Amino acid sequence: MASNTVLQVEALSLATKSKKLVDNVSFSLGKGESLGLVGESGSGKSLTLRAVLGLLPRGIEQTGGVIKSDVRSAMVFQDPRGALDPLCPVVAQVAEVIYYRQKVGRKASRIQALELLEMLGLPDSLKRLDRYPSQLSGGQCQRIVIAMALACKPGILLCDEPTTALDVTVQRQIIETITSLQRELGFAMVFVTHNLAIAAALCSKLCVMKEGQIVEHDDTLSLLQNPTNPYTRMLLDSVLPLPELEGSEQ
Amino acid sequence: MNPIQIDSPRPMGGRKISLASRVWNTPSLLVGGLMFAVLIGLAVFIPFISPYQPSEQNLSAFLQPPSSEHWLGTDQLGRDLFTRLIYAARTDLKIMVLAEIIPFCTGVFLGMLAGYYGKWLNTMISLLTDTLIAFPFYLIVIIVAFASGAGERGIYITFMLVGWIVFARVVKGLSASFREQEWVASAQTLGLPGVRIILRHLLPNVLPQAIVVLMTDMIGLLVAIVTLGYLGIGITPPTPDWGTMIADGRSFITTAWWLSAVPGLAVVYTGIALSLVGDGLADLWRKK
Amino acid sequence: MMRLSKTLNKSPGGTVSGSWLILAVVRALVVILCVMTAVFFIIRIVPGDPAKMILGEYSTPEAIQNMRHTLGLDLPLWEQFFRFVKTLFTQGDTGNSIISGTSTRALIAERAPVTLLLIGMACVLAVVVALLLAVLAATHKDQLADHLIRVIPTITLGMPVFWVGLLLILLFSVRLHWFPVGGIGEGWTGTLYSLTLPAITVAFSQIPTLVRSLRAQMLEVLESDFVVTLKAAGIPSRVVLFKHVLRNSALPTLMLLGVNISYLIGGTLVVEQVFGIKGIGSLLFSSIAKRDFPVIQGIALYCAVSVVIISLLIEIISWWLDPRTRGKQ
Repeated sequence: MASNTVLQVEALSLATKSKKLVDNVSFSLGKGESLGLVGESGSGKSLTLRAVLGLLPRGIEQTGGVIKSDVRSAMVFQDPRGALDPLCPVVAQVAEVIYYRQKVGRKASRIQALELLEMLGLPDSLKRLDRYPSQLSGGQCQRIVIAMALACKPGILLCDEPTTALDVTVQRQIIETITSLQRELGFAMVFVTHNLAIAAALCSKLCVMKEGQIVEHDDTLSLLQNPTNPYTRMLLDSVLPLPELEGSEQ
Repeated sequence: MNPIQIDSPRPMGGRKISLASRVWNTPSLLVGGLMFAVLIGLAVFIPFISPYQPSEQNLSAFLQPPSSEHWLGTDQLGRDLFTRLIYAARTDLKIMVLAEIIPFCTGVFLGMLAGYYGKWLNTMISLLTDTLIAFPFYLIVIIVAFASGAGERGIYITFMLVGWIVFARVVKGLSASFREQEWVASAQTLGLPGVRIILRHLLPNVLPQAIVVLMTDMIGLLVAIVTLGYLGIGITPPTPDWGTMIADGRSFITTAWWLSAVPGLAVVYTGIALSLVGDGLADLWRKK
Repeated sequence: MMRLSKTLNKSPGGTVSGSWLILAVVRALVVILCVMTAVFFIIRIVPGDPAKMILGEYSTPEAIQNMRHTLGLDLPLWEQFFRFVKTLFTQGDTGNSIISGTSTRALIAERAPVTLLLIGMACVLAVVVALLLAVLAATHKDQLADHLIRVIPTITLGMPVFWVGLLLILLFSVRLHWFPVGGIGEGWTGTLYSLTLPAITVAFSQIPTLVRSLRAQMLEVLESDFVVTLKAAGIPSRVVLFKHVLRNSALPTLMLLGVNISYLIGGTLVVEQVFGIKGIGSLLFSSIAKRDFPVIQGIALYCAVSVVIISLLIEIISWWLDPRTRGKQ
């Protein structure tokens, strides 16, 4: 693996006992890069992420291919509330991750957790009174999940449609947060979404997936200007006018 | 103009042909059904299988262990245990099935009404079920069975009073969610009377699950019948019954423990058979 | 969305805290009233004359008339009901025992401690064993341990609780002499010791149903997103299991126990008979044999009301412990 590559997936295949779900997927990710995995529901994008994490759902196995990565990955989920233990106060959850990952004491974990949450723009009131996920808004929960992911100091951040379940205004905030964090901390990112516009805005490389296979794989600009696959073209056509492509100069 | 036909979505044809193969592919249904068939077969043909009568006493051969003459041995009055066991099966199984009929029908009916029409009807029926269910099952069973006279009649009355609740609850839930479906609302706006919807569409939907519950419920009923028999307020002697057999054997538990153990095993056997059938039916209907 | 909220039948993060509580209490009270009415009518649905049933076939008409007067059966129905409710509320009693003359409440209070102790022991045992088995099954899904544990309910469903008791007596008391055959021992240790087998018997009847539901609940939790998040974040599996998964399964367990409490009590009454324990169960049976209606009514009433109150308490505790029912800030 090249020294600058943090993740290399080669010919990955995932299947249940009866059905193939992901077939021969390959891509690579360099340090600090952002890769967008775009496709409709059921195209296998989320499963690919789970495979990179090494935490496939029960009943699904990796039937072929190799995943090479020498940095840690962390994941951000689509449903922020579902990703948090409903019976655990949020600061305590983040602190718990720090406690086990960084191997510092309980008190130090809590302090680091609060710093992390502040960096993510969460209200100061949490310092005084810890809250449960059900008492926070969707956007706030998602920030907690991101905080937990960052608490493991990952080299790769895997994002599985992190904005889909949120209101449109909140979506933009979260995306901005992720982008600025990436600039600051320098992690690589795989961003899964069915929204081509968001992927194009965030990522320098794009992979289009359909029914478990990659149908097109290119730099964002070239893909948008010269899509070779008809499916990609169809996706492009169904997108409403794109906003300014902020991230595309990377 | 073609009349609009409101029909719940039904699977495409070819069902009859694949039914046999679907049954064949449901092992629990096969095994359970077989076990139950064996039991019924024994119960029906016992007069031809056994030379003894259930009340035939032979005081010179009392408390004998299993032998070739007496397959399961004899009790304290020299009666053949195997014969008594199977004749008791006749009694207990018959009551188990008969006692379920009315509660099943009432429960399903009330459940459908409560779930489908909702609101105050639902509240009334819920209140009734909550009240009855607060009384521990065996408490009611014992009191009512005693109050209405021991024996078969008591069991029927008891179960008619409380046995319907479990069906009403399950069916109520199913009916309520059934009602939430959009096509039901549109059927109603088109003027289809509720009764027709209930009978033609809700009932077939609800019946499979109700029958699965029935299988499990029958086990509980059988155990209750046997328990009442043991306590002396169920089937009265000389009619053979697994419960009274266990009670009779209690005094001899140190010497002839099988007198009490074997009837219980018969209940367990029936329980397994019915469980498997219930699970099998659930699997079968889920697959479609 | 998380389906755990379904188990509590309340909207997640709802703000209807106060009104729900009041509604639940009112509902429980209504049920208790219905229970009292049902208990009142128990002896009146009996075909035939209760007085005659008590005194027997060959009693004189005068004796029957006296008995009817004692029972208050010669009064109009409304008055009877009124008297019944009045005695109930002023003395917590359903009348005096026909046989012994003492108040029902005193009789029940005398026998209650043993029964309550037995129920408590059975509860604890059932919950602990059920949790262990459920964890074992859920974490080894589709492996041998899971299959074995899943088979258990199928077999034990048909086991009459009294029969299980008899077999346990046979094995542990008669053959192995580990436990006394029946009755209650002296002092605390003696009592607990002699109640062990009965408690095991009662727990045995409840464990299979508990395990089935707990296992399903745990599987659901194990597959949920937050478990993946925690594991992905690097928290050790054991911590995830015992701290997070168990905690999330605890509330549904509690609710399940509430539902099963009625069966637990019923089983205890029968088991007392098998083991010769002088608790409420044996009081029930002797009252039945002697046709002591007030006592029978009293037992039925106390049992049912206990079930309603316990269910209500469990609902309230679950609601209070569940952070999801606290309002959004």
